[in-house]
Amino acid sequence: MNRNSMLLEPKRVPSVCQEEIMAMQRCRRGSRKAFELFVNRYMKDAYFIALGLVGNREDAMDLSQEAFIRAYRHIKHVKPGRSFFPWFYQILKNLCVSHLRKRRYRQASSLDADNSPEAAAAEDCFSPDVVAGRNEVKDKVWQAIGKLDDKHREVIILRHFQNMSYEQIAGALFCNKGTVTSRLYYARKRLKELLGTEKGGGTSDMQ
Amino acid sequence: MTCNDYKDLLMGYLDNELSDEQRQRFEEHLAGCPECASELEEFRKLKTITDEVTLVEPEDKMWQEYWDGIYNRIERSVGWIVFSVAAILLIIYGGFKMIEELIKDPTVGMILKVGLLALIVGLAILFVSVLRERLYFWQRDRYKNVRR
Repeated sequence: MNRNSMLLEPKRVPSVCQEEIMAMQRCRRGSRKAFELFVNRYMKDAYFIALGLVGNREDAMDLSQEAFIRAYRHIKHVKPGRSFFPWFYQILKNLCVSHLRKRRYRQASSLDADNSPEAAAAEDCFSPDVVAGRNEVKDKVWQAIGKLDDKHREVIILRHFQNMSYEQIAGALFCNKGTVTSRLYYARKRLKELLGTEKGGGTSDMQ
Repeated sequence: MTCNDYKDLLMGYLDNELSDEQRQRFEEHLAGCPECASELEEFRKLKTITDEVTLVEPEDKMWQEYWDGIYNRIERSVGWIVFSVAAILLIIYGGFKMIEELIKDPTVGMILKVGLLALIVGLAILFVSVLRERLYFWQRDRYKNVRR
């Protein structure tokens, strides 16, 4: 398969450090101590990525922990020599995306019930209180990020908040650098549009 | 090449991800294309304001308790599985004992016995049906498709 052959190219796969390979082996044999190493190494990334994807602290905390639990349960099936993070990232992302889907569904049904835009605003979970050193511009940017499509928000989060290189993002998304570049382009373009139209407080761009 | 072909280079240029050769090629294009130059400027502004957004770092206490939270949840889920299996076994055992006694009891009417048997058969069918459905979904679990 095309995607697989790309993965086999050594250039695109970040080298897995020896320590992680050893820890993965021990995890596969059921060592919780070894798994703790991965949790301690990646908990901040997991939390902040989840926060970027779902927008609020409690959910980010819960989902990132849940992702580690699922990783722990499934780690024996990971092929030897594979690195932990891209695999873990898929679990985390799937959890966050299905959480968002449920939330949007709830939001839509509550909207049907009372038909008030205020309810939608209250339900909007990209609240700016997680932004450090808040000001008007930062609040707007954060809220615009919350309105991006999932796959666009994802690249923005990985690039801007996680400071990942194109190569690292491509590794986590199992795609090539070209795809990362073009997604970033469209994500930023959309972000620009949102920030441009947001001045009047428009709400037409939820989708 | 049209401006459209430079879109990828535009992002790479912005994020410092280009090779020297690519950068040079893009800069040459920029010099002769005011549209791309103004687009780059807009994207640069956007990048600056986006980079300024950082998220609040939770207190250290939260990180210290993070692993404990995970460990407890793993342990608890094991506890739940053991508890559920034991509860199911006990209920089945108790049920069988009770039914056995009812059926052996000559004072209990025939209709009640037949009704009871039908009830058990019905329950068994329901159980098998649900189990099969769960198995079906489990086999198509999306985590099975997660690349490993």
